[in-house]
Amino acid sequence: MPVTSLKKQHHELADAGFQLTVLQQGAQFPAFADKLQQHNLLPLKPTGTTILQVNVGKMCNQACRHCHVDAGPDRREIMTRETMQLCLDALAHNPELAIVDITGGAPEMNPDFRWFVQEISKLGRQTIVRCNLTIILANPKYHDLPEFFKAHKVQVVSSLPYFAASRTDAQRGDGVFEKSIKALKMLNEVGYGIENSGLQLDLVYNPSGAFLPAAQQTLEAEFKRRLLAGYSVHFNKLFCITNLPISRYLEYLLQSGNYESYMEKLVDAFNPAAAASVMCRNTISVGWDGYLYDCDFNQMLELHVAPTAPQHIRNFDLQALNNRSIVLNQHCYGCTAGAGSSCGGQTVV
Amino acid sequence: MEKTYYNPADLKKFGNITELQPELGNKFFDYYGEVFKEGALTAREKALIALAVSHAVQCPYCIDAYTSDCLEKGADENQMMEAVHVAAAIKGGAALVHGVQMMNKIKELTM
Repeated sequence: MPVTSLKKQHHELADAGFQLTVLQQGAQFPAFADKLQQHNLLPLKPTGTTILQVNVGKMCNQACRHCHVDAGPDRREIMTRETMQLCLDALAHNPELAIVDITGGAPEMNPDFRWFVQEISKLGRQTIVRCNLTIILANPKYHDLPEFFKAHKVQVVSSLPYFAASRTDAQRGDGVFEKSIKALKMLNEVGYGIENSGLQLDLVYNPSGAFLPAAQQTLEAEFKRRLLAGYSVHFNKLFCITNLPISRYLEYLLQSGNYESYMEKLVDAFNPAAAASVMCRNTISVGWDGYLYDCDFNQMLELHVAPTAPQHIRNFDLQALNNRSIVLNQHCYGCTAGAGSSCGGQTVV
Repeated sequence: MEKTYYNPADLKKFGNITELQPELGNKFFDYYGEVFKEGALTAREKALIALAVSHAVQCPYCIDAYTSDCLEKGADENQMMEAVHVAAAIKGGAALVHGVQMMNKIKELTM
């Protein structure tokens, strides 16, 4: 069934404030901050920011059922070249920011995407692009993306929630699995995911339903075996990511009657080691309009960085950001369950 | 009084069985935990066996628990349904193989 954004549907969950109200209603779930307090992790402080994650817009050629961005073809929020320049200025003045993680939507749909990647490349930073794969086939103007990524040594990170069409299409849309396999083959052809090529192609697994992800190492072996045997597809690493109860995934949980039991699962699986390793301790997230957040999830919930820190990329101050307290809410249980979860997969070995 | 014999919420109370007999209950749960650890069989293989046995013993609590567990261990729907068929084949086979006993008795009793 085609999915349209919550915003287009005028759904009450399109409102970040309403999502926070839902998340805070469950009195049976302990406050996340209290949980951190019990483990002497409050206030949660950065360990040193090394990753600038830039969300260049909510426009996407897909509309996945679990999308925490509520991205889709109908979304028009897009980062301007001026805001990108402010990101580049921040990078130029702060060599500690070694990695730039570009996300969206489908970041490639931003008209200044290639310029941005080229400029980051000139600064000598490692660039990650969160590519949804199908964009490569969506229009002839994107067919050369594998070569473009290769030219700038971009690390490509792509969602493929399963090694079969059934669960992939259920989450990401009809026909997405087949197109994703074609796109993966195009990336393999230029060297991505091939041993010793130096071109990193990582996949992202996140559960297609109301359950927690499998152990990363075990599932990576299974993905490698299945994708190679079934489709002759190669990749480097598999990142297992837990779905956080926000936006369209929150809507799915509520609509399917799984919200309470899923939150219970997350709370029961709270792992202090994972809590100490959360990604917001080394990452700053930039919104399409230049505002700063502790992570992409806080961005979608419109939870800006603490007021002690600069609020916008134009006032970027790494020192002040490294001294901030990270803003927490109940969705944070998603990053601390089990082996932990981050944009780079599980956080605890 | 419950209206049904099985209440999904009771699964979470499984651990309460130690209240009336702590020593044996704790020994059971320790053993249970050890059994499901990764060993010569992977945790996923054990979850699939547990799912099959859950169907054979027709325990709704176990079916709920091990369906979730199989999904969380990365098993796919085909593997899970094949596991259920293994249970069904053994249960069906166990009934049918007694047909030999019946045939033996027929021979014994008839001319």
